[in-house]
Amino acid sequence: MSASGMKQSRLAFWLFLAPVLGWLLLLIVLPHLDMLYMSLRSGSFSHPGWTLTNYQAFFEEPIYWLTFARTAGYAVITTAITLVLGLPVAFYIAKVVRPGLSGALMVLLLLPFWVSELVRVYGWMILLRESGVINFFLLRLGIIDTPIEMLYNDATMIMGLVYTSMLFMVVPLVSVMESLDDSLVEAAYDLGASRLCIWRTIIIPHSKPGITSGCIVVFMLSLGNYLTPNLMGGKNSLWFTEQIYNQFIASFNWNQGSAFGFLLLALSSVIVWAGLKLTRQKLGEVAS
Amino acid sequence: MKKLLVLIALVLFASAGVAKADTLKLMTWKGYAPKVLVEKFQKETGISVEVTYSNNEEMIAKLRATRGAGFDLAQPSQDRISSVQAEYGLYQPIDYAKVDGKLFIPSMLEAVKKNTLVNGASYAVPFCWGTSGLIVNSEKAPGVDSYKALLDKKFTGRASYRLKRPTIIAMGFALGYDPFALYADTAKYQAMLDDIEKTLVAAKPVVKNYWANGDALLESMRSGEVFVAMAWDNGGWKLHGENAAIDFKAPKEGALGWIDTFAIPAKAKNVDAAYKWINFMLRPENAGYFTSEENVPTASADANPHIAEAVRANFERSFPPATIDNIKWYPPVPAELEALEGKMLDKVKAAK
Amino acid sequence: MEAMTNDLSLRSLTKRFGDFVAVDDISLDVPTGSFFSILGPSGCGKTTLLRMVAGFEEPTSGTISIRGRDMANVLPNERPVNLVFQHLALFPMMTVAENIAFGLRRRGVRKDESRTRAEAMLERVGLPGYGDKRIAQLSGGQRQRVAIARCLVLEPSVLLLDEPLGALDLKLREQMKVELKKLQAKVGTTFIYITHDQSEALVMSDRVAVMNRGRFEQVGTPQELYGQPATPFVARFVGDNNAWAGTVESAADGEVVLRTDEGFVFRARGMEGCGAGSRVNLYLRPEAMRLDPKDTSNLNMFRVTLKAILFDGANSRLLTVTEQGHELLVRLPQNRTFDNLEPGREFAVGWNPSSGICFVEDGADCRGLDGEDA
Repeated sequence: MSASGMKQSRLAFWLFLAPVLGWLLLLIVLPHLDMLYMSLRSGSFSHPGWTLTNYQAFFEEPIYWLTFARTAGYAVITTAITLVLGLPVAFYIAKVVRPGLSGALMVLLLLPFWVSELVRVYGWMILLRESGVINFFLLRLGIIDTPIEMLYNDATMIMGLVYTSMLFMVVPLVSVMESLDDSLVEAAYDLGASRLCIWRTIIIPHSKPGITSGCIVVFMLSLGNYLTPNLMGGKNSLWFTEQIYNQFIASFNWNQGSAFGFLLLALSSVIVWAGLKLTRQKLGEVAS
Repeated sequence: MKKLLVLIALVLFASAGVAKADTLKLMTWKGYAPKVLVEKFQKETGISVEVTYSNNEEMIAKLRATRGAGFDLAQPSQDRISSVQAEYGLYQPIDYAKVDGKLFIPSMLEAVKKNTLVNGASYAVPFCWGTSGLIVNSEKAPGVDSYKALLDKKFTGRASYRLKRPTIIAMGFALGYDPFALYADTAKYQAMLDDIEKTLVAAKPVVKNYWANGDALLESMRSGEVFVAMAWDNGGWKLHGENAAIDFKAPKEGALGWIDTFAIPAKAKNVDAAYKWINFMLRPENAGYFTSEENVPTASADANPHIAEAVRANFERSFPPATIDNIKWYPPVPAELEALEGKMLDKVKAAK
Repeated sequence: MEAMTNDLSLRSLTKRFGDFVAVDDISLDVPTGSFFSILGPSGCGKTTLLRMVAGFEEPTSGTISIRGRDMANVLPNERPVNLVFQHLALFPMMTVAENIAFGLRRRGVRKDESRTRAEAMLERVGLPGYGDKRIAQLSGGQRQRVAIARCLVLEPSVLLLDEPLGALDLKLREQMKVELKKLQAKVGTTFIYITHDQSEALVMSDRVAVMNRGRFEQVGTPQELYGQPATPFVARFVGDNNAWAGTVESAADGEVVLRTDEGFVFRARGMEGCGAGSRVNLYLRPEAMRLDPKDTSNLNMFRVTLKAILFDGANSRLLTVTEQGHELLVRLPQNRTFDNLEPGREFAVGWNPSSGICFVEDGADCRGLDGEDA
């Protein structure tokens, strides 16, 4: 390539990249810098100044870090359940049904996302509440005598989170599983492997990049979710995002809220990093 | 490039100009700007009203984010104005010459003026008022007359309230404190909060859920899932119309009285339209229409003849004179208390 | 006693997919330690047959037994057979040694022992020290050997091979044919090899079954298939053959006199049903024809014109054409008499009546050359 051609292509490269960089700068970097700035300022209007107290508060006040630990723990559980449910679903879509049907199944998975999350959560509430649809049928069928409250507990909340996250797990899994050669599965079977062993030694190692990217997305989505824990978790489930909201909106303490927001970003990044380390993977491999 | 910038600036100015001439940007509560009145206002003045629904906390947060810009008129509760005004300067003083004083119930106008006084200027006029108290299903929970019913094991899984400050105040009164008297003493106020926290955590098995959405709460009462709830009076009256057993009940500790106001944000663009809307909404026939529609008593002086019979009956049933005297009106809340309250509520929600 | 001498026995094995009969009532015995091939065009049912033996397909009816043990309801992972897949199906997420040790580990062999056995097996297939390589680092031929080693290490009663040479280039394929044959002789395991390439089957096998439309046309040694094809399909499919269509004029003692549609009158061997007056096809190998024979007694004689020389070393042939335009392949004799041939030259061609075989016409088009591309 000639020198001028090189220059031109570099110019084109920057021209194409510029909107992306601009977008990142305006919508991601700048707000976070502002948040970082705010999180390091004193909350009191009368005594403005630099301070670390907002971060200190997180570690010194058990309610804050316990809420974070709880949120992260439940997000991990949600991710694990989503993975366990997503693997066979993805395998079924990618390998078992014929291609036409697998498209239809993907659309079915996508369908819940045509309505907003709020509507979806209210849908669950209509189903699960004491005077809800499921209780109605259980009563009618004589399976139970008194209606059961199925809402407002952690199990229901996790179910809601799993439901919301399913698609984000299944899509990357289907795409990696589609690239799995059927004969590998048959070969393992032929060499004496049981079903479980085939999953462990062939399908899961092959699907590793999809599993990792699915897990990262689901973990981050669950950790950052607000509506589902708030509405379905009911009275026991203080989610960390809710605490951030409370700091900003209820307590007017934007500085504290910013510190929490930053901590959420930092701690979740650490958790993802640790997860990658544990499974000996690199982020670049996952993304490719 | 320069030309483009100039063009963009021109377009922006032009559109801003259009907005100034024609629109009132109103941030208010659901139901506070009935469609009929918005249309009537536009016919009279040529000004269209752009409504954004919100609540006290979000109103403050939004105005704080823009330092008082983006809206021409807001409707915070009177107790939530002075402290945020002192800290952040969100509003501009009301020019009471531009408000038609005859339209207001005089005592209410004076009270709001007094409660929103910051550095010698007042920042709001009253619009409507109401109370928080109990909504009770008397068939399932007969004889309930105290906030303590919300903690009663008898109603395990059948009680519901919000994790917001009205609940704290109500519980304060129920436990024998006078929270408003403790506003000035942060340490004592914190002691009360600790006591309330303990009580609420201990009563956690009783509560079905901490409701967040008024319509959802009414639905749970309607379906019989919830027997006792702390909520606004108009919600109870609404249900009473459908099921005579359910009604609003002012508890013996006193219903909590609030006044929602009109306040003009510091950087409002269309201040004239804001005053026009205030005077329009308090005109007796308009105020009466609003009250009849929404079951919310008005601050308008002569609206009574324009209020529907059934709505007046609701009010008279729930508020005999002695009960009215017992209403606990919110005084302005100091900002630092809200932070304490927020943390306490978080602890309650996180507790097992 | 059958159990002792036959590693694999099929009885009336049938597989239907809806209306389509993929495998049609096949019975077969494969003796212990033999190299057995199933040869047939694609779609003939050979892969289905193999997959039934491996256990991936359920027979519609009939039985499969391996060393006398009935395989009904035995899952693929429990059968004493292993399959080398067409595209090998080596596990890319594992090293070479892990691939080979995979089956041993599944049988509960301890890690270090299975590693030792994998290394020993690698040595046997000529890849010593390759254990730690990744699959992607191997050449095509090496992968081939790893795939076979992965099965052989399990010491299966029967090793099934599903056209494993298909993906290799020609030179390597020729080399691997010989290697496979040698390997089989060395390990002594029964190989069942399926292929559509008749040369692979003929070179490597002790016995070959020619399969067509779900049935075996003929089972026999490569020599038998080549020299005494039992059906016209075998005659066309195995090796090159020249073909004529004609009518039988007289028949006696297995010999017929026929008149081809071009008017030649030939004597030839007649198979069953070739009575006087019947329509037949005559098949004649290229090497059966002698050019300008000195002694023409007892030979069928006719004349051809050379059209082109298909030079291929020891396997060179001449493309010739009769006066009537019928193209025939004639083997180029290796005695250098015909070193300087020019197209257009005429020959007298003679062939012994016992070299030509007549089958009753089966509907196949015999106007041109038959052979590899059938």
